[in-house]
Amino acid sequence: MLAEKYAERIQKIFSKYPDKRSAVMPLLYVAQEEFGWVSPEAIEEVAVLCEIDPTQVKSIAGFYTMYSEKPKGKYWLQVCTDFPCALRGADQFHQALLDHLGIEEGGTTEDGLFTVEHVMCLAACDKAPMLQCNFHYVENLDMDKMKALLDQWRADAKDSAAD
Amino acid sequence: MAYILLRDLDIPDIGKLDVYTTNGGWEGFKKAVTQHTPEEVINIVIDSNLRGRGGAGFSAGRKWSFIPKNEPVKYVVVNADESEPGTFKDRQIMEKNPYQLIEGAMICAYAIQATAVYIYCRGEFWDLAHNLEACIAEAREQNLIGQNILGGNWSCDMFVHLGAGAYICGEESALLNSLQGFLGQPRVRPPFPAQKGGGLYYEPTVVNNVETLANVPWILVNGAAEYKKIGTPESPGPKIFSVSGHVARPGNYEVPLGTTFRELLFDKAGGTGTNKAFKALLPSGASGPVIPVTEQMLDTPMTYEALGKLGSTLGSASFILMDESTDMVWAAYKMIKFFKHESCGKCTPCREGTHWLAKLMEHVIHGEATMLDLEKLENVAKQMNGKSLCALNDFAINPILATLKHFRSEYVAYIKTPAPAAKPKQPAPVKKQLEEVAEPAGD
Ligand SMILES: Cc1cc2nc3c(=O)[nH]c(=O)nc-3n(C[C@H](O)[C@H](O)[C@H](O)COP(=O)(O)O)c2cc1C
Ligand code: SF4
Ligand code: FES
Repeated sequence: MLAEKYAERIQKIFSKYPDKRSAVMPLLYVAQEEFGWVSPEAIEEVAVLCEIDPTQVKSIAGFYTMYSEKPKGKYWLQVCTDFPCALRGADQFHQALLDHLGIEEGGTTEDGLFTVEHVMCLAACDKAPMLQCNFHYVENLDMDKMKALLDQWRADAKDSAAD
Repeated sequence: MAYILLRDLDIPDIGKLDVYTTNGGWEGFKKAVTQHTPEEVINIVIDSNLRGRGGAGFSAGRKWSFIPKNEPVKYVVVNADESEPGTFKDRQIMEKNPYQLIEGAMICAYAIQATAVYIYCRGEFWDLAHNLEACIAEAREQNLIGQNILGGNWSCDMFVHLGAGAYICGEESALLNSLQGFLGQPRVRPPFPAQKGGGLYYEPTVVNNVETLANVPWILVNGAAEYKKIGTPESPGPKIFSVSGHVARPGNYEVPLGTTFRELLFDKAGGTGTNKAFKALLPSGASGPVIPVTEQMLDTPMTYEALGKLGSTLGSASFILMDESTDMVWAAYKMIKFFKHESCGKCTPCREGTHWLAKLMEHVIHGEATMLDLEKLENVAKQMNGKSLCALNDFAINPILATLKHFRSEYVAYIKTPAPAAKPKQPAPVKKQLEEVAEPAGD
């Protein structure tokens, strides 16, 4: 249960707003961090905490692209292919990444490590091609750099599995 | 001249509170709170003619003056949603020089006697938002934010709220809904945010862009007259131009408004960096009309007024450059896909219209369109104009109409079999045309 495990963090979130309803977005992030995605159970729990209807929480989770309504890979790679980045080769980079991992747009590798999605402008157009990995910026990429990063993330995943 | 906004370029450590403070940081705020009444602060900002940097260019001081004096609860909301394609200036301010935004927002809060400030960051600004929270905590410890600020009677706290990936939440009323935990869809106005009933939690609220507020500390320290010496009389002050696309040195450039295109695009951004020439410029991201790059235009000073005369807008000054190799039909297609994806779905003309425009553009790109389809494209776009609740609908038609206007021959080149004698006909009403589209909207 989120309420017990994250009691202090949740308390802090509620203290920011005069209305409990405003906590719905931050709490969805807490849920997503805990479960890796916004599961139906997570939606129920957020609804109880914010004292609103679960269908409303569900529609909010669905409205925004950063809440995932299905499980993703351990590394969620969001590649910007919007117009300014596309002028600097982002579409080709996105396709090369998919080919390298052997997946389709939106797909996840069989080992469950990588999900690749293309997204709209991420406010990093001067550093294209670029992506966000679990919401952290990775910029000025090419496939050589990308392959090195993928290797590093694979190694990190192995280490954390061994712990 | 020293930078006013991108001060990190002069002082790399300006993001630390002690470095910010020893370099003149918080002087503007302290001056405001200890030497001026709230009304005086508003008048200084009105005098400076600082215009909103979020897109519309409205006078910041006048916006503050609309807030009713006697309401017990008032808010400042910082628009840090920065999602316009080609815009990345607010990010640099917040990442590198966060205290200048925090100080500017607190001066605004003092001027309207706000009870709280919320900074609404787009969700992807995850790391910088957490850093902002740490910065706010440090400023709170120094009694610059929080209870009885600087020992006076006024109290005002500051919080960061993260969005979650929706361009429409940059529109101020959608942003307020999102912050209140509703769907991020625009509200019907009036009431406007400054009025009781229209703002955050329905209380009077100022919504300002990050860059707008980052100008304010300098204005308080140096005065409105000094500020107006920068730039032009109608468009005073420094402005950050985010330059992207086909340029040698993409990035943020702070220059006075009124600088020529040539200086920005060649001296700063280094031209195309190839042997190709510039072909076209989107001066306000995907939202404003595209304009061809010409010798004459290059010598024009960049101001709100001049961009209007060139048939576009300055908007947030997100300059996307295209060289002569760029396929303008593809460019328009990319942009209409953006707006189709980002339409919040509340209004039928916007929801269905963007869907239909994208569909038609797909036909064009795949070489399946006829000359009649080009007419249809134009008709739908024109009929959408002004028919919806917020400006996204009108932004969405710009890529189509402006590329058709300036680069029509490129569309025609995509047409395989021109329809026989496409006779001009009365455009059918949008609704009727939309009914012809079999597929439902959305993906
Ligand atoms: C679809 C849409 C998206 C917008 N996105 C942003 C944005 O990302 N950042 C911003 O500051 N203003 C954005 N605006 C403008 C805001 O509605 C509002 O005018 C602005 O925040 C006011 O601040 P200013 O007066 O300081 O410019 C957007 C407007 C529309 C219609
Ligand atoms: S115009 Fe489009 S984005 Fe704006 S409120 Fe209507 S449907 Fe939503
Ligand atoms: S277009 Fe990719 S970050 Fe802006």
